[in-house]
Amino acid sequence: MTASLDSTVIYKTDDLIASDIDAYLDVHQHKSLLRFITCGSVDDGKSTLIGRLLYDSKMIFEDQLATLESDSKRMGTQGQDIDFALLVDGLAAEREQGITIDVAYRFFATEKRKFIVADCPGHEQYTRNMVTGASTADLAVILIDARKGVLVQTRRHSYLAKLLGIRNIVLAVNKMDLIDYDQAKYDAIVAEYSEFAASIGISDFTPMPISGFKGDNITEISANTPWYNGLPLMAHLETVALDNDADQTKPLRMAVQWVNRPNLDFRGFSGQIASGTVHPGDAIRVLPSGKTTTIKKIVTLDGELQEAVAGQSVTLCFNDEIDCSRGDVIAAADNPPEVADQFESTIVWMADDALVPGRSYWLKLGTQMVSATVQAPKYTVNVNSMEHMAAKTLELNAIGVAEISTDKPIVFAPYADNHALGGFILIDKISNATVAAGMLHFSLRRAQNVHWQATDIGRDAHAMLKNQKPKILWFTGLSGSGKSTIANEVEKALHLMNRHTFLLDGDNVRHGLNKDLGFTETDRIENIRRVGEVAKLMADAGLIVLTAFISPFRAERDMVRAMLPEGEFVEIFVDTPLEVAEARDVKGLYKKARAGQLKNFTGIDSPYEPPEHPDIRVNTVEMSPAEAAEYIVRQLMPLK
Amino acid sequence: MTKTLTHLERLEAEAIYIMREVVAEAEKPVMLYSVGKDSAVMLHLARKAFYPSPPPFPLLHVDTTWKFKAMYALREKAARDAGMELIVHQNPEAIARGINPFDHGSLHTDMWKTEGLKQALDAHGFDVAFGGARRDEEKSRAKERIFSFRTATHGWDPKNQRPELWNLYNARKAKSESIRVFPISNWTELDIWQYIHLENIEIVPLYFSAPRPTVTRDGMLLMIDDERFPLQEGEVPVERSIRFRTLGCYPLTGAVESTASTLPEVIQEMLLTTTSERQGRAIDHDQAASMEKKKQEGYF
Repeated sequence: MTASLDSTVIYKTDDLIASDIDAYLDVHQHKSLLRFITCGSVDDGKSTLIGRLLYDSKMIFEDQLATLESDSKRMGTQGQDIDFALLVDGLAAEREQGITIDVAYRFFATEKRKFIVADCPGHEQYTRNMVTGASTADLAVILIDARKGVLVQTRRHSYLAKLLGIRNIVLAVNKMDLIDYDQAKYDAIVAEYSEFAASIGISDFTPMPISGFKGDNITEISANTPWYNGLPLMAHLETVALDNDADQTKPLRMAVQWVNRPNLDFRGFSGQIASGTVHPGDAIRVLPSGKTTTIKKIVTLDGELQEAVAGQSVTLCFNDEIDCSRGDVIAAADNPPEVADQFESTIVWMADDALVPGRSYWLKLGTQMVSATVQAPKYTVNVNSMEHMAAKTLELNAIGVAEISTDKPIVFAPYADNHALGGFILIDKISNATVAAGMLHFSLRRAQNVHWQATDIGRDAHAMLKNQKPKILWFTGLSGSGKSTIANEVEKALHLMNRHTFLLDGDNVRHGLNKDLGFTETDRIENIRRVGEVAKLMADAGLIVLTAFISPFRAERDMVRAMLPEGEFVEIFVDTPLEVAEARDVKGLYKKARAGQLKNFTGIDSPYEPPEHPDIRVNTVEMSPAEAAEYIVRQLMPLK
Repeated sequence: MTKTLTHLERLEAEAIYIMREVVAEAEKPVMLYSVGKDSAVMLHLARKAFYPSPPPFPLLHVDTTWKFKAMYALREKAARDAGMELIVHQNPEAIARGINPFDHGSLHTDMWKTEGLKQALDAHGFDVAFGGARRDEEKSRAKERIFSFRTATHGWDPKNQRPELWNLYNARKAKSESIRVFPISNWTELDIWQYIHLENIEIVPLYFSAPRPTVTRDGMLLMIDDERFPLQEGEVPVERSIRFRTLGCYPLTGAVESTASTLPEVIQEMLLTTTSERQGRAIDHDQAASMEKKKQEGYF
């Protein structure tokens, strides 16, 4: 074995395990938990440091060590020495490439704490991995290669750690052995970092000179740095304040996950307390409804509790039967969080497909799941230079500040105050992928000041007078499929049946209401949103509305469906194969598109997403427009 | 005044939170139950998560017919005590072809476990399956998500897993896809043992040392659990004081010689021992990165 290992102090109380296991278990049982991340560039020695921490806390077993020794000789980068990095680099593909490409979680424990460390890769394209690892961390270790000093990556990692609200930052100046433990060089690096940190709002950090490879200042103070008067890394990790403790001093917040109802006599609300404490008798308020009651009891399998604190998963019972379900938040009655539907947020984009402003995504915040749309970003942040840049969208790994609005009000808190009520993810409605993570900063005044005006004559009254059920007959299909023609036939038939109808045609609307819109993906979405809103107003007025728009994207058709009461949106798929529509080319548009004179033409250079389960489907190859219209009317019966 | 939660309290709260999220969002969840110590902890956590209701999902044991007898005995009792339905699935094709660990090598795991699991999930239409895998068990699992997505054919694509931030789990999926959820991802072997000790959870007696009939074969110490164990030439069963650190199919699970007959003694041995938990399992030693390969094929 190598010299570097001989100097290692084994950090575990072997004696106590052997002599008094019960005493050891008692100590271990009362350990707290610290989650932290390590970030650094590819060659900063991140994996080596983690491997070292695992090794020094004796988390590596003999068989693993044997594998490690043989692997080190075969593919290690440290000659005959043990390459600790090989302990940490997991997937086979990564081992071959020699870099870590995803977040990996490692575990070790000392006498005082258990640790979960997220190993975050340093490559630029993997911003999303670091954000993921940072979201659950109490502390970040930012590694710097002492030979290189503060790099672009250092800035990026620090910015992301700050963005995700990590309060404790350790600046680990690594590879001190390679600069002969030179204090002047170390001090210069710390001074440079300090200036940068202050510029992005990091007021406090803990610098330390270390060598992951040689073990300096890892578990004990190194004789090589007599000028360093701080703690070794392990001791710092063991004593730093925990976020979970700080959360307990804030007002009560608990998102309801599940209503526990085994029988008619028991109704409990299950969730994990995000902040504060709760006791039987405490006055609470359920949001968004705002109804108040008091806590009757705190139920667990181990018996009722007299107190529960932030971090615990419990079931609460109320003294009054008030409405409360999944997505609601139970809060201190005298200090509730805000409820709003428009926010300023910072969003980290995590998908290959860029943000489509105006498109409807699922937003999950706590246990609330709502539809949300994101405006075009106000700016994006260059994570290397911290410059603000103009942008129309957010690409993979982009970070931007944008307004976000939800289709109904949600309970929230600024992320800086409460991570559980301020952090959210966005989910693509078609692929179901998690496409972004974000942090809410504040609600926009518009949401607070625009109130819904209640009117006396409601939509039911409008419809009753017309003796019909309002509907939106949404025709979708390729250009030239026959939507307008068939819709026109359907309206004529309904008119003969004394139905009150209105036909909204794509081309006609673009001459007026939507004449400011073009044909980019964003404009197409806005086009459909406006048409959806107009159609909804007409349905509120009691009309049967027919719309004839290509409406190529499933997400937007579903958005309109979601605006209306169940059953009022009827999706009619005018199914015409592209070859047939192109052969017809009534308006000569396909020819232009093929010639490159028309951009973003559906079916040619812009996609059409056919309905998966249309309410009505007509095949225009087999049916004439009149037959199709007749078929549709028959499907719609009865109309009352 | 603040009350610092212990690491076990925080791990327990996290696992309960995850289980409740699944029940709130999944259509038809199921808990995979292998009768081992990790399964025992999972079952205990499920009881805690939904108390006073019984856990609102069944237990599924993908059986190979080659488990230890003591495991079958505890299986029925544990399900009954929790008030849960127990579904046992045995791959009918493996039964018909008489697949066994002595003659069929890695085909045994593939047919009984990998194929058997897929069959059971498909047959019952389970869309989310809880598993007791931990990130500390094996290198490729260190990067596993808590919500792990599987294609319609149960495949696992390491490059195509969803980012998991804070405690926000995205359980949305297409009809044919499924999710494996690992609530005790962040637990270590020591945490499991300590929790069993602290919560007084019943586990299979094979985890404690007792005199048992054994042979040594290929460097592994195997227990002769029933008459199906074919002795090779020259092999004579020897009674040794042994226990198991993990439990699987008895012909594939290596024992350790030990005198630890209480939980603290078992933990003591574990802490002083110098080999890792999975070393007793033949499956990891097939080839380099073998677990990763098996996962891509759909093994749990």
